[in-house]
Amino acid sequence: MKTVISLIGALSLVAVLFCLTATGTASDTSSYSLTLREANRNKILLITVGSEPRTLDPQAAQGVTEHHIIMVMIEGLVAPSIDDQAKVVPGMADRWEHNDDYSVWTFHIGGDRKWSNGDPVTAEDFVFSYKRMLTASFGAQYAENLFILKGAEDYYNGRNRNFDDVGVKAIDDHSLRIELVGPTPYLLSLVQHDSWLPVSPKAILKFGNIDTRDTKWTRPGNYVANGPFIMKSWRPNDVIEVVRNPLYWDAANVKLNGINFYSIENLNTQDRAFQAGQLHKTDQISLDKVPYYRRMHPELVRIDPYEGAYFYRINTSRKALNDPRVRLALNLAIDRDAIVKNILREDQKPATGFTPPGMGDYKPLNKLAYEPERARQLLAEAGYPKGKGFPKFTIHFNTLESHRAIAEAIQQMWKEELGIDVTLENQEWKVYLDTQNSMNYDLSRSAWIGDFMDPVTFLSMWTTGNGNNNTHWSSPKYDALIEQAARTGGPKARFEVLHQAEEIFLSELPVVLVYWYTNAYLLQPSVQNWDPLVLGNHNYKYIDLKSEPEPIK
Amino acid sequence: MIKVIAGRLLQLIPVLWIILTLTFFMTKVVPGGPFSAERQATPEVIAQLNAYYGLDKPVWQQYLGYLSKVMRFDFGPSYTYQSESVTEVIGRAFPISLQIGILAFCIALLVGVTAGVVAAVNKNKLWDYLPMSISMLGICLPTFVLGPILALIFGLVLKLAPVSGWYGLNYVPLHPMVMPAITLGLFYAAYIARLTRGGMLEILNQDFIRTARAKGVPEHIIILKHAMRGGMLPVVAFLGPALAGLISGSFVVEKVFNVPGLGQEFIKSVFNRDYPLILGTVVFFGALIVIFNLVSDVVQVLLDPRSRK
Repeated sequence: MKTVISLIGALSLVAVLFCLTATGTASDTSSYSLTLREANRNKILLITVGSEPRTLDPQAAQGVTEHHIIMVMIEGLVAPSIDDQAKVVPGMADRWEHNDDYSVWTFHIGGDRKWSNGDPVTAEDFVFSYKRMLTASFGAQYAENLFILKGAEDYYNGRNRNFDDVGVKAIDDHSLRIELVGPTPYLLSLVQHDSWLPVSPKAILKFGNIDTRDTKWTRPGNYVANGPFIMKSWRPNDVIEVVRNPLYWDAANVKLNGINFYSIENLNTQDRAFQAGQLHKTDQISLDKVPYYRRMHPELVRIDPYEGAYFYRINTSRKALNDPRVRLALNLAIDRDAIVKNILREDQKPATGFTPPGMGDYKPLNKLAYEPERARQLLAEAGYPKGKGFPKFTIHFNTLESHRAIAEAIQQMWKEELGIDVTLENQEWKVYLDTQNSMNYDLSRSAWIGDFMDPVTFLSMWTTGNGNNNTHWSSPKYDALIEQAARTGGPKARFEVLHQAEEIFLSELPVVLVYWYTNAYLLQPSVQNWDPLVLGNHNYKYIDLKSEPEPIK
Repeated sequence: MIKVIAGRLLQLIPVLWIILTLTFFMTKVVPGGPFSAERQATPEVIAQLNAYYGLDKPVWQQYLGYLSKVMRFDFGPSYTYQSESVTEVIGRAFPISLQIGILAFCIALLVGVTAGVVAAVNKNKLWDYLPMSISMLGICLPTFVLGPILALIFGLVLKLAPVSGWYGLNYVPLHPMVMPAITLGLFYAAYIARLTRGGMLEILNQDFIRTARAKGVPEHIIILKHAMRGGMLPVVAFLGPALAGLISGSFVVEKVFNVPGLGQEFIKSVFNRDYPLILGTVVFFGALIVIFNLVSDVVQVLLDPRSRK
């Protein structure tokens, strides 16, 4: 008996103690936007980028989440402009020039550029960084991005062990010469990608060799940055705090004092945190909340164009699917407008080509529309009138509500328009990737987000043997045109060649095109200079906060 | 007694070894690997990474290598958290789940036992039906429904607790652990209430209780002193595993309140095919469950003279 009583007594005591220590420190609890107001007054941006970053080492990073956090701390040769993703502003380089056909570039690094440990940023630092990317044993997932440097691929594959033969050289402390395998007019956009960002050799070598992975250099206190902000704390799965970097060359023009990047994966939790005044910006809005916010709080909703395409890969080695007429028929029988308007509702654009709009002077192609009559005709020509005798196949996608909704809509459209039966199969993410990469599918849900401002980021993946092709589709003519584009110096002529290549792709269609992305999120109106950018690469030094947030009505 | 406890603790070693071995080979069977991504790296890169982490060796070699490292308490690096080891991940995430779990445990016990005793004493009256219906509701209502409801009420309407996050949220009166703990605690309280009621009813019908009543012992003494001792036995058997479950964290509750605890690390490690982290957390949870089962056995022996020898 005594044991029971004392057990319960002890437990109550513990509970009460917990609740007491848990009760807090706040002085004013009347307004839930207290944090927001304080944050605005102190110019601290509260933002979520979705999931927890796996690493903040630019050369080991892969995802968009990582990229957003890295780019506030590490600045590349050039940096994004305030309102146009096709334009750049000086970064580590304060000026640059190139030869006539854009194949040799020289970047002049400003004398006032410093790492956060006080060391000057030199051309040699960039050479070291690119060497690290190209050291095979380091295992950088994006090493391929640097293969446009002359001799880079040979060095990576071990055919040449002398890094001096690779097309990146420090002429002196402040001049970096980059020699490429062919004309690359889009280099300025490319060098903003994580894989082209510099790291401080001193910071890296302090914790290992040039090829040591996963060292502690990315932890707070060890991270050496050259961008507008430096890391203050990193609490995994909760928050990364960055604060103003006093040694940043353009520190006088940095508006914010700090940014808190929260990792909140769950969209409903993001939404609640935003409503509770814990966030200035969410990463996304969940599909079911979009109509509500558009109706009730249009001032908080932002829907920006985003450089991404949603499509189904077609396994072109399967019977019936190997016929381009069938593939075109499948494409023509989809009412993309209906999908975008009724299911997605975030102003996505029905895809009429593969490369989405917003890619500077490259105009998107308008090749596909909803033409059910023509689709039926094509299917009949291919030997399947009204879908008779058409093999049964499966649409395979990773488990997500919106993927299922889209697949169900397409399933129904094909059934009604073409008389074709398809089944749906969802798989857990890694299993789905495995199925797609091993070509063990008929139709596989896919998406592609552009890395830089050039159509090549969308078109090069469809060349023969490319690791991301995964459709068995191969066209020597297409390969030749992509190759030709890589040798064409004039930007206009180059886009002409790429247009021809995309025309071929769209006439053979190893994919079912669905829509072009938008980026929908909630943003407090007190956030200034957050302009819509097609890659979503904001230069955080321009972002500002009004001193008083408007309360949510 | 001490001998028994020592024996049970020794059993821990083979139990953990079996858990570890089974899990190790299961991770090898599951399709998909840690380095696959929507944008595929080249086969050369994947090969490099596999070599770096020793995943290119034959499975039995990997197994032996892993086992020898584990014996030195080295659980290897996490693939997902690229600058942390498995031990560091558990070391930072477990204390958070532990705090939430202990508070949830106290809430569950206080609410559950009280409701159970009240129901048993008022058998088939309003004060039996009321707590028992509520507890049925508690069992049926999943945490992913209760959590958001509590977050809406206490976070958005009353502004007493944060709706998301753990660190640096000191502008609301309640600590971030309170809401997750209540969500979890109420769920377990419902079970405990039903177990308590069942146990108490059984005891209250026994002869020694009738004797006590005949002797004129006041009713509250009968319930608190005579009946509860035996009536709590089924609850105590449940408490060991329950406590282990509570302090190891709940994926759902941690996601709803965005709390960086161990429960979500465990689930995410499986999604990410982070083999070392899967193994590390499984072994850790295994040890916790074995130890808390032992603790609840010991408490049962202390409460029940019949099982003492």
